[in-house]
Amino acid sequence: MRIPLSWLAEHVELPAERTAEWLHEQLVRVGFEEEAVHGGGLRGPIVVGRVLGFASEPQKNGKTIRWCQVDVGEANGGVRGIVCGALNFVEGDRVVVTLPGADLGGFEIAARKTYGHVSDGMIASERELGLGDDHDGIMRLDALGIPGEVGEDALALLGLDDQAVEINVTPDRGYALSIRGIARELASATGQAFTDPAETARRAIDASGASGFPLAIEDDAPIRGRVGCSRFVVRVVRGIDAQRPTPSWMASRLRLAGVRSISLPVDITNYVMLELGQPIHGYDLAKLRGGIAVRRARAGERITTLDGVDRALHVEDLLITDDRGAIGIAGVMGGAETEMDASTTDVLIEAATFDSVSIGRSSRRHKLISEASKRYERGVDPAVADAAAARVAQLLVDLAGGSLDTELGAEVGEVARPRPVSIPIGHWRDLTGGDYTDAEARSAILAIGATIEEADGAWTVTPPTWRPDLVDRESLVEEIARIVGFDRIPSVLPTAPPGRGFTRAQRLRRQVANALASAGLTEVLVAPFVSEQQARLTGDEPVRLENPLDGERPWLRTALVPGLLDTAHRNLGRGLTDLAMFELGRVFHAIAEQGTDALPEATARPSDAELAELDRLPEQPHRAAVLLVGERVHKQPGRAAERYGIADAIEAAERIARTVGLELEVRQAQREWLHPGRAAELLVGEHVVGVAGELLPALAAEADLPRVVAVAELDLDALIARARVRLDTRAIAPMPAATQDLSLVVPVGVPAGEVRRAVRAGAGALLEHIALVDDYRGPGLEQDEKSLTFALRFRAPDRTLTAAEASEAKLAGLALATERYGARLRE
Amino acid sequence: MPHPDENADLGARVDAAVTAALTAIEAATTTAELQAAKAAHNGQGSELASLNGSLRELAPEDRKAAGQLIGAGRGRVAEAIAARQAELAAAEEQAQLEAERVDVTALPRIRTAGGRHPLTMLVDEMSDVFVGMGWEIAEGPELEHEWYNFDALNVDPDHPARGESDTFYVAPAERHLVLRTQTSPVQMRSMLTRELPIYVVAPGRVYRTDDIDATHLPVFTQIEGLAVDKGITMAHLRGTLEHLARIMFGDEARIRLRPNYFPFTEPSAEMDVWHPGMRGGPRWVEWGGCGMVNPNVLRAAGLDPDVYSGFAFGMGIERTLQFRYQLDDMRDMIEGDVRFTEQFGMVI
Repeated sequence: MRIPLSWLAEHVELPAERTAEWLHEQLVRVGFEEEAVHGGGLRGPIVVGRVLGFASEPQKNGKTIRWCQVDVGEANGGVRGIVCGALNFVEGDRVVVTLPGADLGGFEIAARKTYGHVSDGMIASERELGLGDDHDGIMRLDALGIPGEVGEDALALLGLDDQAVEINVTPDRGYALSIRGIARELASATGQAFTDPAETARRAIDASGASGFPLAIEDDAPIRGRVGCSRFVVRVVRGIDAQRPTPSWMASRLRLAGVRSISLPVDITNYVMLELGQPIHGYDLAKLRGGIAVRRARAGERITTLDGVDRALHVEDLLITDDRGAIGIAGVMGGAETEMDASTTDVLIEAATFDSVSIGRSSRRHKLISEASKRYERGVDPAVADAAAARVAQLLVDLAGGSLDTELGAEVGEVARPRPVSIPIGHWRDLTGGDYTDAEARSAILAIGATIEEADGAWTVTPPTWRPDLVDRESLVEEIARIVGFDRIPSVLPTAPPGRGFTRAQRLRRQVANALASAGLTEVLVAPFVSEQQARLTGDEPVRLENPLDGERPWLRTALVPGLLDTAHRNLGRGLTDLAMFELGRVFHAIAEQGTDALPEATARPSDAELAELDRLPEQPHRAAVLLVGERVHKQPGRAAERYGIADAIEAAERIARTVGLELEVRQAQREWLHPGRAAELLVGEHVVGVAGELLPALAAEADLPRVVAVAELDLDALIARARVRLDTRAIAPMPAATQDLSLVVPVGVPAGEVRRAVRAGAGALLEHIALVDDYRGPGLEQDEKSLTFALRFRAPDRTLTAAEASEAKLAGLALATERYGARLRE
Repeated sequence: MPHPDENADLGARVDAAVTAALTAIEAATTTAELQAAKAAHNGQGSELASLNGSLRELAPEDRKAAGQLIGAGRGRVAEAIAARQAELAAAEEQAQLEAERVDVTALPRIRTAGGRHPLTMLVDEMSDVFVGMGWEIAEGPELEHEWYNFDALNVDPDHPARGESDTFYVAPAERHLVLRTQTSPVQMRSMLTRELPIYVVAPGRVYRTDDIDATHLPVFTQIEGLAVDKGITMAHLRGTLEHLARIMFGDEARIRLRPNYFPFTEPSAEMDVWHPGMRGGPRWVEWGGCGMVNPNVLRAAGLDPDVYSGFAFGMGIERTLQFRYQLDDMRDMIEGDVRFTEQFGMVI
């Protein structure tokens, strides 16, 4: 909402030294966010002048300029010579002259030599003055119907000395989308007197009591039980001259308020809407057929709105109709057929109260957000319709030369009155902790236009008609705190009971992130929107969005790896070739029958059964994923370059597992999206908690990534659920260890991990540690054989082991490996 | 009794052998040469060894003197070997140390530093402040039922924020699933499941259908606070926020509340923080929204607004990071350029 200062000053006293900044400050204090200041960028001397005569001078460049003699008044130096490029004026025209020293918002006017003359100023166009887009020629005041004597200050004349402040109005306060509402707010903020323009309008012209125009409200399908129209007022003014120019003061205020000037009758309706907050529609009476009925649209009905768009109507749309059918979408936009135009003489003024829900739905359905719909959606004062209609009628009489038809008005419906609200005296202190006195509370409540009845330690507050938002004691407390001041609320730290700290899962997730970062990986956060191919990469059932931002990515991620691949691609594109990244985040897996058909009421706690229904949500486990690409070690003195590969992915996964106290079992595996020979399943016990491997090279190529991209992804929730809770600690044996190597020969296809597991199981309790130290293939072995060498460390808890005991255990390990995999000792 | 000549002869042979040995020992420049000299002059088959062996041939009365003579000679040789051994070992150790010298500025590095994302570190930092006050960290799903995201929070079924121009709906929209637009659904989940009193913060990701620009992301992070207890007032809200602000922005930080509107709180306020460390001088910065839990929200959770009151607040983590570190463009936070994260390392 933009508020021209001069307009506001008509309804509330402003201090003499008022500035836009001052007004902002006042309004911010009572809860309006400041947005901007408009206007005020111009500085004089800018005056009215008269063109006494001119000589047309064709130029070499093909252009013709006029060398003009312009009278700007004795006080401004009399007649001046001015060069003008516009050709749209005649001798005797009154024009706007910017004299040397004037400032057109950063553009300083000076006497300057041009086209062989010294131009002693400039004749201004609308655009140069910031009044509009018209740059076809200069402003001709006579043609525009703008008064003003030669030499008069044009800044004041055109309202160019006025400024507007723009504020953001929260959706609960529709009344503030009007000069009337803001003036009242300002009066309550400053304690100055407020004159209600609605009262002024009602007094100025008495249009009530007329009933000659047939009107009906016929809402047979209220939305959510709310009748679409509660009140409808019409007034008729006859014999206007629709071609009269809009007076400059009105045009200036509309411009500052951000509303384009269209024609005098339309400008008047807009002006009154801005002033009183009541949207007004003006019909050309001659174009109406019969009376007006307000009803819901019928299936298949259409209308062409004022913007020239032919629209299919929905049965929920509330319509203004006459005998032909729809002539407007109520509260949103009027129809083109009954529009006022230059030849309109008789005007029917509509001022109605429409339901916010109905208008909001129509506005969104037709993607038509008009000044009217904005106001109806936030709530229009139901009691102001008659005053607004009267104000429009009065302006049409005063400015357009019309006369009120006292017979042909009408009004139907009732003014909805807000319900009284009870509030215990002192509740404003109990809820805020602020020391607001009862007297302060009372004057704040009165300042917003409410009334108070006191009984039994409580007030019964009846809110004014324009405050449908005041429905409970808490909303009254907000009004009191807002008007007396939020700065009166002290700062008191509450004492929470002793808490249990982070949950184990929260602690472990943080520990995992820190461990990965400490290991040299960089955490990234990736948006979860993916393509169908990405969503289906790992085989989980994805969730699709109804209204994605990017039509190419309407799915939610089922895994973190695809997002990391995108991120890697972006980094590589920026010349970062060696990447070690990780992400911790949720993924989304669809479930059968997710969601519900109905929404429970929210007036009381839903039943346990209802709550269980509401939890039929897609699964959203926490995952941890890593991506490694490029060089793990750069070439440097004393060291050759090493590239990332599956080993690094598995190592990162093991690091994650160890961070939560687990050892992973690594098992050769197949995944369609991973390299068939370089993919591993990661298990805790028999439960697969993740995968690691190198991306299938074809996919890497498709994603424009290097051939080797190592990735791992773990189900963090599953991992943490299995995280070591208890540790059976053992005393550390001080006895000496016996170390031996075991080299055995197995078929090439037997995984070393399986052999290790067999040796460990066979060797029994004396085996303390086993590590694979060599994998040999070649001379001395068959083509399909390999020799694995394990370093074994044996220890007994109670005695020094003999070499014979250690050897016996080792051979027992070999025996099991032989039994399972046909291993033989390598000689 | 040996012949005097024989004695004199033995003495001369011992002296000669000792002299030869000492010369050889002195000439050894490595421990290997020294070992060779030792073998040649004091080992088996050496002159001194054979002289010692010949003692048996002497008359018993001569053996003692001859033995002493030879023993003294061998002793001198052994001493010299030991001394030379120590000298050579020291020199060799010195040489090895010298050989092992490296350029400490050119040593190989295995892996560059990683880093935590500043948004998650900021969440951790803020969470720590609240856990330190006895609060707990509550969590809820990011893909949420519309009831939790809107209805339970007193958002009217026709509120514009529920439109598809603001909220991501899961297809089909008739099943009422949304990507949560705020962390506030966790408020309701907390009130429905936790024992009273409740003091929780809920950090997490939220989603809105905003096109990406310098100050808007379709995915961003909020932290939500909720206190429900007997006698909770807006003064407690302010006190809590001010405590957080002082820890995060320094002792001079203050909180200012300005009236605002949110469906789920009444009274509602916009909170500004006085940021003493702001580049270009201290000033007020918009930080988030807050207010007293709307009684309709308490009722939807089955709580009696005549007995309990509560406050709630929420702020954007991206925005907090943005003004704390003067980051002009929020896009850097979500694009995953590792250079952005790496500049923070492990510290925020």
